[in-house]
Amino acid sequence: MPGSKEIRTKIKSVQNTRKITKAMEMVAASKMRKAQERMRAARPYGEKIRNVAAHISHANPEYRHPFLVERDTVKKVGIIIITTDKGLCGGLNTNIQRLALNKIKEWQTEGESFEVCCIGNKGLGFMQRMGANIVSHVTQMGDRPQMEKLIGSIKVMLDGYTHDRFDRLMIFYTKFINTMKQEPVLEQLLPLSGEKLGAPEGAWDYIYEPEAKAVLDQVLMRYVEAVIFQALSENMASEQSARMVAMKSASDNAGNVIDELTLIYNKTRQAAITKELSEIVGGAAAV
Amino acid sequence: MANTLHVDVVSAEQSVYSGEAEFVVLPGEAGELGIYPQHTPLITRIKPGSVRIKPVGGDEELIFVAGGILEVQPKVVTVLADTAIRGRDLDEAKATEAMKRAEEARAKAQDQQEIASVEAELATLAAQLATIRKLRQGR
Repeated sequence: MPGSKEIRTKIKSVQNTRKITKAMEMVAASKMRKAQERMRAARPYGEKIRNVAAHISHANPEYRHPFLVERDTVKKVGIIIITTDKGLCGGLNTNIQRLALNKIKEWQTEGESFEVCCIGNKGLGFMQRMGANIVSHVTQMGDRPQMEKLIGSIKVMLDGYTHDRFDRLMIFYTKFINTMKQEPVLEQLLPLSGEKLGAPEGAWDYIYEPEAKAVLDQVLMRYVEAVIFQALSENMASEQSARMVAMKSASDNAGNVIDELTLIYNKTRQAAITKELSEIVGGAAAV
Repeated sequence: MANTLHVDVVSAEQSVYSGEAEFVVLPGEAGELGIYPQHTPLITRIKPGSVRIKPVGGDEELIFVAGGILEVQPKVVTVLADTAIRGRDLDEAKATEAMKRAEEARAKAQDQQEIASVEAELATLAAQLATIRKLRQGR
């Protein structure tokens, strides 16, 4: 049985850990609320621009934008993986990395090579360990998603697509479902697949002002940016929720450990007292 | 009612307006656009300016937009604005002040890029003030 002093220090250290996890839980809870609000506010724009993009993919413009054209052979895949910058958020990053790993293996067996853009520190580290071909990355994004920070990397990926460096652009991120549940998802960003949403039937086209190319260029650029931006804000809301839940269970576990240790501590103390007493009684009887 | 349009005005930050309307006026890149229900599909960029919406059985609503994209379907009008503010939330004093600041910045601006960005801001602010003035007249 360990000495009572050791148990006491152990209890102290667990108590300190619990203080930290409690504090992190509360910080995550308040950040989560803000992150969720931001995500909800950004959703209408994302939905609407997806709608517009789906309509465009069903229209029959005289100008076929490269983003709309399905390529016959897919040799190279561009991947955007969104993860968090910091750890201690449960299985969030592990889940997305596992999904990415499985998909990448699948693509590799089909003979496709890939290039990666990492948004977030954790994904960057993961891809570096894998020895992936990382063409761009963004880290240290802070608590609110900012378009300015993303634009550079997005441009690299879009250029890669237009210059045929790859034939498909996929995005991995964690979708926020509710505070307790987040789901890793994979979406195809380019080329645009328009089946997702209903569009008017038959052959029709827009009137473009001033002309098809200029408008489509801008709309599709916006679309890609908006989708990535929304993915990032979902990811941030997921991060804070996952962290809050993880820290809450860590605090609860610390509480249990403390309870157990306190029980052991009291038992050893009691045993020591009993032992001393019987020694005294034994000594007195001998005299 | 068959002859109405569903109008959505969304900016990157939030959904600003969503509802049925009889008629919409928008600042298209190639000039003002008036859209009635059953308009043929159209897609264009929009300039900084005001969107005027006539809701079903209601008073006209003015919304300021700082550029973006407009999509028209026979029964749906979608405005994807960079920034959108409801007319009555606009603050004239603030806009005037910001305009003054921007003008000072233009006087100081050195390189091409700076000048371009300041001018874009000025255009936005001028459109904001115009929206406020229109709103005043309506009252």
